[in-house]
This record gives sequence, C-alpha cells and structure tokens, in this order.
Amino acid sequence: MALDLPEKTTDLSIAADAAHAVNPWVALAYLVAGVCFILALRGLSSPASSRKGNRFGMIGMTIAVVTTLATHGFGIDLEVGADSATAGLNLDPVSLLEILAAIGVGAVIGLVTARRIQMTAMPQLVAAFHSLVGLAAVLVAAAAFFNPGAFGILGLDGNILAISRVEMALGAAIGAITFSGSVIAFAKLNGNMSGAPILLPARHVINLGTLAAILVLTGLYALSPNAGAGEGWMFWAIAIAAFAIGFLLIIPIGGADMPVVVSMLNSYSGWAAAAMGFTLHNTAMIITGALVGSSGAILSYIMCRAMNRSFISVIAGGFGAEAISGGEAKEQRPYKQGSAADAAFMLQQAENVIIIPGYGMAVAQAQHALREMGDLLKKEGVSVKYAIHPVAGRMPGHMNVLLAEANVPYDEVFELEDINSEFAQADVAFIIGANDVVNPAAKTDKTSPIYGMPVFDVDKAKTVMFIKRSMGGVGYAGVDNDVFYMDQTMMLLADAKKMVEEINKSLAE
Amino acid sequence: MDFVTILSIFALACFVGYYVVWSVTPALHTPLMAVTNAISSVIIVGALIAAAASGNPVAKWLGLAGVALASVNIFGGFAVTARMLAMYKKKER
Repeated sequence: MALDLPEKTTDLSIAADAAHAVNPWVALAYLVAGVCFILALRGLSSPASSRKGNRFGMIGMTIAVVTTLATHGFGIDLEVGADSATAGLNLDPVSLLEILAAIGVGAVIGLVTARRIQMTAMPQLVAAFHSLVGLAAVLVAAAAFFNPGAFGILGLDGNILAISRVEMALGAAIGAITFSGSVIAFAKLNGNMSGAPILLPARHVINLGTLAAILVLTGLYALSPNAGAGEGWMFWAIAIAAFAIGFLLIIPIGGADMPVVVSMLNSYSGWAAAAMGFTLHNTAMIITGALVGSSGAILSYIMCRAMNRSFISVIAGGFGAEAISGGEAKEQRPYKQGSAADAAFMLQQAENVIIIPGYGMAVAQAQHALREMGDLLKKEGVSVKYAIHPVAGRMPGHMNVLLAEANVPYDEVFELEDINSEFAQADVAFIIGANDVVNPAAKTDKTSPIYGMPVFDVDKAKTVMFIKRSMGGVGYAGVDNDVFYMDQTMMLLADAKKMVEEINKSLAE
Repeated sequence: MDFVTILSIFALACFVGYYVVWSVTPALHTPLMAVTNAISSVIIVGALIAAAASGNPVAKWLGLAGVALASVNIFGGFAVTARMLAMYKKKER
C-alpha cells in the first residue's frame, strides 16, 4: 500500500501532463495574446496612446479565439501524444455554425449596447458586463464538470484531477459571486433598487458562515474519491452558496460606496478568469486574469484611499444608513445667495477659474452647458481648469469621461493632487454638483464621518461659487459644509443645468 | 505544463498587472474598467472548447451559452472603450 501510493500519483501526473502537452505554437499564440492584453493596459497610460492600446486588446482577443477554434474546432496540431483524454477533436460543420451563431448573437447585442449607452450610465453598463463574465465563468466550470475529457482534466481513474477540482470549484465560486454581486450593483446603480443599504440582522455571521461553507466544500470536493458521479453535488452546492454570498455581500453597501464595489467586482471577474485559466493550463487566460484582478484591486484601493475608508469597512457595508436622519442642517446660519448675472460678472472679472464638477453635474446633464461656459470665459481671456476628485461620479474616472464627452480637452482636466495647490491663486472656485469633496470638515473636524478624506482647498480661493439645488440637502456623508457660510462664498441655488445656462446667457451679452 | 509553472506565470503576471495599472492615468480609469472587462472575457476560450467538444450535449450547450455571453462582453467592451477613448481630445491650438 505504501508503495502503491506514490506510483499512482506519478501515473496521474503523467496523464495530466500528456493531456496538457500542447503544440508549442499553440502555447506561443496564447502567450502572444496575453502580451497583447498587457500592451492594451499599458496604452492607457496616456490618452494619446490609449486608442492603439485598445487595438492591441482586440488583436489579442482575436488571436486567442482563432487559436482555440483552430485547435479545438478543426483538430489542427492538437495536443501532442494525447489520445483518450481529448474528446471531440474534429468539429462537425453544424457545431461550427452553432458557435459562430453564438458569437454573432453576442456581437450584435454587445455592439448595439455599446453604441446606444449614455455616458452617464457607464457604471451600470460596466456592472452588467461584469455579471456576464461571472456567469460565463460559471458556465465554463459547469461544462468542465460535465465533459472533463474535453478540457484534458481527467485522471487515469476516470475522475477529474483533484487539483482541477479545486480550480473548477474556485472558478465557479468566484464567477458566481461576480455574477450575483454585479446584478445587485447594476440594480442599485440603475435605480431598479434603492441605493440605501439593506441591513440583514446577523449579516456578518451569515456571510462568514457561507464563505466558510464554500471553502470547506471546496476542500471536501477536492478530496472526495468519487467526485464525478456520487459527490458531484458538492460542486453545485459551492456554486449556489457563492451566488448567495455575492448577493448578500452587495445589498448592505450604500450608493456612495458603489465606485469601490464596481472596482471590486472588476477584480473578481479577473480572478474568475484566472481560475479557469489554471484549469485549462491556458497562459492567455492566466495573464489576463492576473491583469484584470490587479487592476480592479488597485482601483478599489484608490477609491478607498480617496474616501479615507478601509476596504473592510466598505465591504462590511452600512455606510450612509444613518446619513438620511442627520440630513437636515441643525441651525440656520447666514449665507449669501447670488444670481446668475452676479456670477457671470464675477467670472468675467476673474483671471483664474477652477471648476469642480461632481456627480450632481452628471445627474443634471449640465456638462455640455458647463463646457460652453468654459469656452465663453476662455474667449474673455480667463484661464479655466477643471479639478476632479478620485471619487467624483459613480465609478473611477467617470467624471473625466463625462467631460471628455462634452468636448472638454483632457489637458484642462486635473487630478486632486495636481491642482490643489493652485486654489490659493484662483479667483473663483466654481463648484457644481459636488459637496463632500470640498468640505473642510474633512481636514479639521475629527468627529466628522468624512474626517481624513482628501478634499479640495476651495476655502483658499478668493471667491467660491456653489451651485446647489437648495440649502436643505447635504452630501452623501450627510454632513453640513462650512463652505456654504464663508464670507467669500456665493450660493447659486438652482438646478445645475439651468443655472449654468443662465450664466452663459449673461456672459454672452 | 505543471502546476508550479502555471503558478509562476500567474505570480509574475500579477506583478506586471500591478505596475502597468499604476501607470494608467486616473483620467482613463473608466476606459480601463471597460477594457479589462472586455479582456477578461478571454474566458471565451474555455466556452469555445466546451462548445466544440462532442460527447456531452449538456456541456456543449453550456459552452455555447458561455460563448454568447462572453461575445457580448468582448464586442461591447472593446466598442464602448473605443467610443470613450475617441472622446478624449487635446486642446486645439
């Protein structure tokens, strides 16, 4: 018995090696695809190189798909020396038609959606796309479960290899979490569901319990001697538990934290692809999975840092639950209200204007009017810059896209760190649809929920113009803002778009 | 390829991803998410293998469904990224 065991293990690993011993050209093609994906992300280091980067991404994807179809569809130079482990080499024409039809259906839906989607709805679209990657990962894992031979993961004993079982289970679990989590994120971002956090009693216990169940089941599934038939239920149990946890994880997270959630789900969709890449021993999938996984993780980190919140506290959820109750300003403090004509006059007199757009601008669809205002001011010789906070909008970089859509040149748009020192020289800080990101309480008031969050130093500007619908509402964090009551602040109380249009009218006169 | 080789590729790719993503300008973070979304649909490779294989009709249909879903993402993701990137313009001088 003691002698038998190592022998058997060797046999299994040989079988696995044989099944995965692919033609070196095929392996090389997948590697090239992976490198193309790296170049696609590399291109995004500047807007000038980004379009070339996107083309690299398309090339990489074409290489991956064509290589797979060529090897698995037409049986060209398939796996060297493998016989039994690789079922279905030569694809019949009907199957090829079915595959092309599936690609065609997906392509039409994808292209039409991409063309029609409004830029304000980008976060929803990205969430919806994440859910599709997640679901596809679950489907691939399930297909590997039903037809392990095709994936070359069968051991000599007719069972799926233990290591492949772990990879499949993880792939299915991460995919399922990505799917259900993204569906909830989509519903919250799209307004199908209230953005308010839904807090279940004992949710931490439920979440941790479900997570533990997934891990234990994955372990048991890997170790079970009869994983194919008798104990296959564990695979499904893992997938179902993961669907549940994705749902449970996202419902308690409030609307303000959605940028973090979207980034996190982006990361998960990458890890799901990587897990399936391990199952298939496919370098393109592993490289991509690692890239996307790190990308989402870094974006989540950037978002958390910009809100001065820990990732754990975001995931634990519930932020913003009490904000609604503390919403009304406790005391009436005096503030100065101005009209569009006053604002236009002061803007014309200014030399340097810094515009701080927030999500409110996007909601009011004021970006085009705002760009027009910028153009009118530039004609008068005023220098106009835009300042964007990392968490402005509903996803990372959302505000930049909206401004780009309104034809604001990207070299007039600056990040927080790059422009914050310029407020001292600015004549006007023009705040439109933003609130918490200009609140000085984040710097001074240790009791404030947003304390420690990096904010714009608008209080250093000579004049502050603050467009706001009314004095009643406060920002997401539900805190009053001292900027409203400063001597140099002029409150412009109106709908953002209407106010900017009126300012434009006065400027044009 | 044995497991350790694959793990090495994965570990190194994580580092590559880390450095490449930090070099992405914050102004392009939304296109970054859209394009990562598109490339993570490389999972279509697994779906294609399942859809092309004979022997198990269930696996085949699951594969075909996976191919369709991933295609939505690939075409939609790259197209929407291209649409966004086309909007980023420099100042006219």
